[in-house]
Amino acid sequence: MNDIWEGIVRAFQLIFSGDPTVYGIVFRSLFFSGVAAILAVLWATPIAMLLGLRDFRGKSIIKGLFTTLIGLPTVALGLFLWLILSKVGPLGFLGLLYTPGAIILGEALLVTPLIVSIATNAIEAVDPEMMNLAKTLGASESQASIAVLKEAFNGIIFSDVAGFNRAIAELGVALMVGGNLAGFTDVLTTATSSFTARGDFSTAIALSIILLVIVFSINSIIIIARNPRMLFTLGRMPQ
Amino acid sequence: MTLLAELTNLTCCFGRKTVLENVTMQIHEGEILALLGPNGSGKTTLLKVLAFLLKPSNGEIKFQGEIVTEKNSERMRLQSAMVFQKTLLFNTSVFNNVAYGLKVRKIKQEVVDEEVMKALKIVRLEGFEKRSAKKLSGGEQQRVALARALVLKTKLLLLDEPTANLDPKNAGIIEEVILTTNREQKTTIVMATHNMFQARAIPHRIALINQGKISEVATAAEIFGKLSRDLASFAAVDNTFIGTARITDAGTSIIDIGKGVQIESILKLKGEATVFINPQEIIVSKKQMESSARNVFKGRITQISDSGASVRLTVDVGKPFIVQITKASYCEMELSFGAEVFITFKALSVQSV
Repeated sequence: MNDIWEGIVRAFQLIFSGDPTVYGIVFRSLFFSGVAAILAVLWATPIAMLLGLRDFRGKSIIKGLFTTLIGLPTVALGLFLWLILSKVGPLGFLGLLYTPGAIILGEALLVTPLIVSIATNAIEAVDPEMMNLAKTLGASESQASIAVLKEAFNGIIFSDVAGFNRAIAELGVALMVGGNLAGFTDVLTTATSSFTARGDFSTAIALSIILLVIVFSINSIIIIARNPRMLFTLGRMPQ
Repeated sequence: MTLLAELTNLTCCFGRKTVLENVTMQIHEGEILALLGPNGSGKTTLLKVLAFLLKPSNGEIKFQGEIVTEKNSERMRLQSAMVFQKTLLFNTSVFNNVAYGLKVRKIKQEVVDEEVMKALKIVRLEGFEKRSAKKLSGGEQQRVALARALVLKTKLLLLDEPTANLDPKNAGIIEEVILTTNREQKTTIVMATHNMFQARAIPHRIALINQGKISEVATAAEIFGKLSRDLASFAAVDNTFIGTARITDAGTSIIDIGKGVQIESILKLKGEATVFINPQEIIVSKKQMESSARNVFKGRITQISDSGASVRLTVDVGKPFIVQITKASYCEMELSFGAEVFITFKALSVQSV
């Protein structure tokens, strides 16, 4: 128990001292997962729009597939990508394995089903007549689609944030295709794991605290941005 | 009269279901045409076809002499605007809602500002521009939806049950706006309704529609004078009864509508008659009232439905009567399904169809 308590105290010391090792890991995590989330949003949003706004044969199968893939074990995806990106794999020539690029690609693929599923549900939750409403007011097909997306905005933002959270908190993909190389591909989750294995509890605890703070802060910012008045009513009893 | 739109042998199918069948109809410029028919008769589908939102499975639509095709339907839609029965507003301010169509048409901001304020004035919502549209009352929301369509000053305005589920005050405002818009802007209006009073008072012509087919298009006087039996059989209208009338010594008439229910009317009716009582003119009470009203019946509440600001009760007195009361009255009286109540209405309220 004393070791754990000492670890916690030293963790806060590392955080507040601006330890370069810790903050290097934090920066890499934010960068890799941030880029991965953006990439995923770029290709997931049109897919969600198609699934949410159109009816076509096989739609429910595709939706089911994306929902199922949400539960894809990260280490399984990591292994799959490792095989693809390794020297003997079909994309080995890209030289991506054990580079930040591999982590970004892997995490983007990992969070795509989550973003697609949540965003599709958000778009489908918009009244189906909204497209017709926009069109009868003079909107073209694309303008009407944008009108629907605006109505689904909160849900889409939620899907994007959920994607980022999943990306920054995952371990399997980053470990398998990134290799946790110190100062290069080590991120919050992989570094926490390796520091713990080494017995360096204070650094591991510091990294975990920072990960929690990041996830909590980003979600809080999103919630407050959607409803700024909440800040003034935080302490009040619900009416 | 100049033709604005012409439908020829129009058919609309959804899968195996035929919703509109061989509809042939003309819409004249500057008129108000009502589509009168029961729920599921195809009124909304017909309005969507006229709004160029639905492509018919068969037949032809001409608008201002031009045949409407898939290629030109987007351009044609700029000439019409539809207000849906279920009020749909964007999750933004009243101003942004009303301005939407103008912004899509890339109208200059100064003009948008001016036109939005004018439209809000027409529907008596001045001062509401900054308010969140979704936080307004049902009646106010419907007026915003109407303003959003009116501001576009389209040739054709399509209204799907514009006053359904509204309280009398808001319904009155909307009916007034419809008449004013048609009179002053010469806007052609096609409106779906099953409100008998509205169908008699507002449109120039009425198209009777049932099971996807137009059975007759004529003036209100012709429709109500000649086809009372058809109207009643539509069940398109609440509280429409067919019965046998006899004139009393007092100069009123008693209409036997069956199941022991006899209605007294101030009208001198004889023989077969179709009568109608406005649901809003019937009073509900828990005890029999002593009043000047000639029609008092005891019955049970067999259905209760929420209509926004009001509540619709079905009271079975032998025959079912629809009664519309405010939500406040409903709550204060603690009415419930199966409750025994009295319905009361004046002989003056009994209208002949």
